[in-house]
Order: sequence, then structure tokens, then C-alpha cells
Amino acid sequence: MIELTEVSKVFNQGRPNECRALRGISLRLECGGITVFKGPSGSGKTTLLTLVGCLARPTAGRITLDGQLLSNLPERFLTEVRRHTFGFVFQQFNLIRGLTVLENVMLPAYPLGRPHHQLRAAAQTLLDRFGIGGKAGSRIEWLSGGEAQRTALARALINDPAMVIADEPTANLDSALSREVLALLGELALQGRTVLISSHDPLVFAADHVKRLIELRDGQMVGDGSC
Amino acid sequence: MPALLERQKYLIDYTLAALLRHKTRNLGLLLVYALLVFLFSSVLLLSQSLRREAATLLQDTPEVMVQRLVAGRHDLLPAAWLEPLRRIRGVSAVQGRLWGYYYDPAVKANYTLMVAPDRDLAANDILIGAALARIRQLSIGDILSLPTTTGKPLPLKVAGILDAASELLSADLMLLSETGYRTLFNPPPDTYTDAVLTVRNRREARTVAEKIALALPGSRPILRTEILRTYDAVFNWREGIVFITLGAVLLAFMILAWDKAAGLSAEEKREIGILKAIGWETGDILRMKLWEGALLSLTAFLAGYALAYWQVFYGGTRLFAPVLKGWAMLYPDFRLTPAVDLLHVLALLAVTVLPYIVATLIPIWRAATADPDAVMRG
Ligand SMILES: Nc1ncnc2c1ncn2[C@@H]1O[C@H](COP(=O)(O)OP(=O)(O)O)[C@@H](O)[C@H]1O
Ligand SMILES: [Mg+2]
Repeated sequence: MIELTEVSKVFNQGRPNECRALRGISLRLECGGITVFKGPSGSGKTTLLTLVGCLARPTAGRITLDGQLLSNLPERFLTEVRRHTFGFVFQQFNLIRGLTVLENVMLPAYPLGRPHHQLRAAAQTLLDRFGIGGKAGSRIEWLSGGEAQRTALARALINDPAMVIADEPTANLDSALSREVLALLGELALQGRTVLISSHDPLVFAADHVKRLIELRDGQMVGDGSC
Repeated sequence: MPALLERQKYLIDYTLAALLRHKTRNLGLLLVYALLVFLFSSVLLLSQSLRREAATLLQDTPEVMVQRLVAGRHDLLPAAWLEPLRRIRGVSAVQGRLWGYYYDPAVKANYTLMVAPDRDLAANDILIGAALARIRQLSIGDILSLPTTTGKPLPLKVAGILDAASELLSADLMLLSETGYRTLFNPPPDTYTDAVLTVRNRREARTVAEKIALALPGSRPILRTEILRTYDAVFNWREGIVFITLGAVLLAFMILAWDKAAGLSAEEKREIGILKAIGWETGDILRMKLWEGALLSLTAFLAGYALAYWQVFYGGTRLFAPVLKGWAMLYPDFRLTPAVDLLHVLALLAVTVLPYIVATLIPIWRAATADPDAVMRG
């Protein structure tokens, strides 16, 4: 369970271009199911996900994960938490060019030093499951949007995280591909993982297994509904 | 700890892939880097082995050498001086030497001609150094004719090739008999070029020299240590000039490395961000970059050093020899004895590899310690 208490994030604090991206968000996120953060562009969805996913620290407020305070954890431990708890699917996919699909999927596990054949097999299994096993040896540059999205999803799962964070997962896909990706995310929720999605795409709000819809505007929570 | 090993293997794998991904850039850097190491190690290897050869050469030089000065210039030494020299306390042996130079216009090089009384050479027999034999294409039994002072050529028969541990020692050397020498140069009878003394006690050499100067006005005793010192001074001076020049090259390289590193490309920054976001620690990224720097600079180092080693000892040393040897124009080409000084290699490694790695790591460290949330926003 993740709990946010009065969390704020200010960019460029004290400078003329100061930007208050989040203003005093308090929120409890229970485990399991899909939670969607909706809101217009610039409302702070991405910022909120980066804080929850330990990619950045809040300017003020507390974040706890299963009772453990994250906001003042040293960098090293934060990485540790990030590595074992969260898998990320970025809006721009953020796959590394020049590497193959398989290598990209294996990448998050390198620092863990798992035996190579075992890691390789795990990555291949994930790719097979997402229907792109045949692309394992291809370079990232040659993938279509849907294939890149699945690769990113496989990469997010390689360390078997309890939570998957997906930022606008359908933003670069057409409706058919969007539905497929949502189905995959739904499957993850079925397996008992917690899935956090940010989106302003109505397709996402209506997807299966979405159990909660949180609405943001100007860095504040303006709606919180169960589905 | 197999996991630890496996981890390093993954990091190296990733590093190699990363290096190959930017093939042209890294290859360019590798070339410049290797060239730099090549230049530095060439000078170092060359000067070091010249120094070594010179030390070998001077080892056999007697403690004290006596010349005769006339009007401040080196002149022939009368044989009558040998007896008074022998009588000076502390001197155990005195020998008059006959030697001179011969400039051979055919090969544009100077030979050192020296009488070797202990070799029992027949009147027209000579022993020559290996470099000289090579340059004049002479082998045992061949005849070398040199013009005498009267203009008549003197045929000299090569009785043997000198083999010395150091080629510098014998490169330009031609040993001949006293008869041959006197026929060739026709010096006044009862004179020598100079005299060499052996002293009973090395530490008394300076006192002996003072006594000689008093006993024989017009004599100039020279101590071996003085020769060594002059030699070293000249040599250090030359080496200094070369190193200053190379310093400028090094500086240029540092700027290049710094530029490459400080101007971390947007793509590199993005990559670091992605790696951190997907669970790599700052330490993992630094280790990976350390491998990258180490692989690149060590490859460059090995390539540059090997090339320098080859060119100094086997390739004819065309590059720096004229500056460092100085007398190259007047000296037959010679080959240096291969030698590697581990301390020098380490020093070279320290001045080329370490600064590079440090220069590249600093900006990467800065990028790697930043929060990785930037990757969430393309
Ligand atoms: N690194 C940053 N520096 C300055 N301002 C930022 C930064 N990241 C986000 N912002 C600002 O924070 C606000 C919220 O952004 P974001 O969380 O990306 O919104 P959303 O994902 O809902 O579109 C926006 O006004 C954006 O300009
Ligand atoms: Mg966003």
C-alpha cells in the first residue's frame, strides 16, 4: 500500500520560472487492480507517477510504501526499492537504440547479476507471452509502435515488480493497439499486480479491471471515484 | 560471489555494445589516443634506451683521462708525459691512446678509428662495428680503402666484426693497429691522442687529477663523472624539448577528451536516465562507464605502446631519433637493444589512462546522480 500525505512538488523553486506541479496531494493507493490518473495535459499526472515510483523526491510531504517512509530514504535504498517494486512503461517507450529487443528487456536485471541463460529465458518467455517472441533479435529501431510498447512492458516486468507504472500508455497508439495494450495491463492486474496508469484517453477510463479513477487538475485532486 | 562476477560480465557486455553503437566516434577517439601514447612512449623508450646504452658505453671509460691543451685547444700528447704520469701517487697504470675520426662522404657518417693494442691486429687488419659493416656492406675478408694524408689509398682488410652487447658501443667503431693508424693519419712520432689512467682508489680520482694539473702544466685531466654529467645534461635538455612539444599534444588531447565527456550528448544523458529509471544504481552506471573508459584507453595504450616499441627497436626510429640522438647525421644508423622499464610503463599509463578516465567520469557522475524523472518527459 502506498500512502501520500500533503505531497507537493515545485520545480525551479525560487526562480522566476517556478512551477508548482503538485499541491498538497493526500492519497492512499491499495494494492491490486488498475488505478487511473486522469486529467488534462499539465495537470501533474506524470509528476505524481515519478514521485510514487521513486524517480524523484517530493518538495514537501511524505510518501510511504507499506509503512516505510520513502521520501527521506538515501538514493541507494531508493534505487533498491525502485528496482524491486516498480516496473515503468514510459510514454516515449524509452528503449535503448542499437540494442536488440531481447537485450532491452534484459537490461533492468543486469545489476542483479542473475545467471545469463536464466535471464535470457525469462526475457524470451515475456516476449513470447506478448506475442513478439519472433522479434527478440531485432533492433529497436525497426519496431512498430505497438511492438515497442510491448517490449517496454516486457522490460517493466523482467524484475517481477509488484507494481507497474504506465505513463500515457495509449498516447502513441491507434484504438486497436490501445485496446490490446490495455488488455495486457488488465492481465497484469489479474495476476495480482498493482497497475498505475496516467491518461487522458477515454478508452483507458473504460478499460476492464480499472477499479479507481483519480482526477487531477492544476496539481490538485479534483475527483476520486471507484469503478 | 558468482552474482558479482556475472554483474561485471553484464556491465562489460553492455559497454562493448555501447562502444560499438558509436563506432565512428569511438574509433576516432581510439586513434587519436593511440597516436598520443605512441608519441609519448616512442620518446620515452628511445631516450631511455639511449641513456642505457650510453651508460654501458661509459662504464668502460677509464677513471681519468688526460689531454694536452695548446692555446686552450686539444692537442697531441707527447709520449714523454707518460712517465711523469705513472709516477704520480695513486696511479696504477697509464696508457697512451691513438684515435681519431674519419668522415666517410659515401655514407655521410663519421667513424671512430681507434688503435687497439690488446687485439694483436696485423698492420692492415681492422675490426669494425656491426652498424658500419651494414652501412658499407662489408663482411669478413673484404677490403676497405681509406685515403691517407698523402692522398694514397690504404687498403684495410676486415678481420672481424665487433659484437657488443650494445650496438651504440661499437656502431661507428673501427679498431686498427698502430702501424695502420700512423700510416693513415701520419701524426708526429712519439705522440698520442690522449692518455688514460687507472687509479688505485676510485675516490682518489679527484686528488689525482689535481696532482696531474700541477705536475704537467698544459695538461687537462678529465674525470669520468664529468663526462657522465655533461652527457646527461645535454641529453636531459633534448628530452625536455621533446616533452614540452608533446605536452602541447597532450593538452590538445585532454581538451578533446574533456569536450567529449563534458558535452555528454543528449542521447547519452537520456540513456543514463533510462538506466537509472529501470533500476540501475548510480554506482552501476559509473562502473559501466569506468569499464568503457578502461577498455577504450587500455586498448589505445596497448596499441600505441606496441607500435612505439616496434618502431623504436625494429622500425628504424625515424621519428624522434634526429632530435634525441643529435649526432644522427654524423653517425651510422644503429639498432637499439630492446628494453622495457616497468616503472616507465606504469608512469605512462598513469599520465595517459588516468586523466582520461577521470575527465570522462566527472560529468557522467553528475548526470548519474541526478533524479531520473527527466526520462518520463521525452
Ligand atoms: N522538470 C521540470 N521543470 C519544470 N517544470 C516542469 C518539469 N516537469 C514538469 N513540469 C511542469 O509541471 C507541470 C505538470 O507536468 P506533468 O506532471 O508532466 O503533467 P501531465 O503529465 O499531467 O501532463 C507542468 O506545468 C509542467 O510544465
Ligand atoms: Mg505527462
